[in-house]
Amino acid sequence: MDFLRIQPIHLDVLREVGNIGAGHAATALSTMLNKAVDMKVPSVNVISFEEISEMVGGAENVVASVFLRIVGDAPGCMFFMLPVEQAEQLLEDLLIGQTVKLTNGEESDISLSALQEVGNILSGSYLTSFSDFTGLNLQPSVPATSIDMAGAILSFGLFEISTVSDYAIVIDTAFTDIERQDEVKGHFFLLPDPLSFSKIFEALGVPLDE
Amino acid sequence: MSEIIKVGIADINVVSPPNTIRTTGLGSCVGIILFDQVKKMAGMAHIMLPDSSLSKTPTLNEGKYADTAIKSLYDMLIKSGANGKALKAKIAGGAQMFKFSSGSEMMRIGPRNVERVKEELSALKIPLLASDVGGSSGRTIEFNPENTLLTIKTVNAGTKVI
Repeated sequence: MDFLRIQPIHLDVLREVGNIGAGHAATALSTMLNKAVDMKVPSVNVISFEEISEMVGGAENVVASVFLRIVGDAPGCMFFMLPVEQAEQLLEDLLIGQTVKLTNGEESDISLSALQEVGNILSGSYLTSFSDFTGLNLQPSVPATSIDMAGAILSFGLFEISTVSDYAIVIDTAFTDIERQDEVKGHFFLLPDPLSFSKIFEALGVPLDE
Repeated sequence: MSEIIKVGIADINVVSPPNTIRTTGLGSCVGIILFDQVKKMAGMAHIMLPDSSLSKTPTLNEGKYADTAIKSLYDMLIKSGANGKALKAKIAGGAQMFKFSSGSEMMRIGPRNVERVKEELSALKIPLLASDVGGSSGRTIEFNPENTLLTIKTVNAGTKVI
């Protein structure tokens, strides 16, 4: 992947992908929780592997995550990631009347399963709108969950890209609870495989210059 | 005043007392430590992928691949005066962070990294003294060249010293 061929217009297009995808996911989340969810303007960055972990509070920071592979015309990886306390809060809002713990072996099957389902619904709506917007055929794999160090989780999404680069293009959209503006609820990370970028750009009418 | 030397992803570094050396958030990646106990010299690499033949870049980042990272770490230690015949190894990492029903090769990257690291060590005739590999937990590891102990911290499986 030659990042030098990427122009500002390409980053704008990717930002729009993040905007539309996460917009639909935020609506889905808001419907599930029956309260307003706000979305930040997506950021699209070409960053080093170390810096990706920094975006979620450092490699050692414990996060709850749902991961899925995107298969089809433009393969890639997608993560829905949020701080553990935020994930517990989110699940308590969903599983009314239950206290949810996600660490130290206190996690119940129902809370893990609920987390997986939240990730499934959110990433599904992200991916559907991404697919509609680009006209590309994109299917999600069955999602997998993990509650662990951010660095250990994210590195799993970097193997494809790491064979061609030390940098990745990350499309990040953060969510906040509208009542608690300062608190970030979660992040969506979309990491297209290196060969997928030219397909996404072509589908959206801004091919890379040869 | 002792410092903690940091090793990033796909990075290599060396250390001597009173400093320690550390890498954070190992998932399927493998952290390898080579050390000379007599001269109290050690080095660490944070490996992402098993083999440099996977690389599709014109310039190779040696720290990223098991085969090149171990050779390059070995050379760095010899250059700074370690005794090649005295070098020993400890490794940690190689977890499977996510479980999928369809087990593609990329999903098995942790175990593949571990296998390749072991092969490379036996090719260089470096004894592997201790390892903590596999499982499904992320690890942060810190090595002290003074007592050659490797401390491994996890979120879900506690802390251990090997």
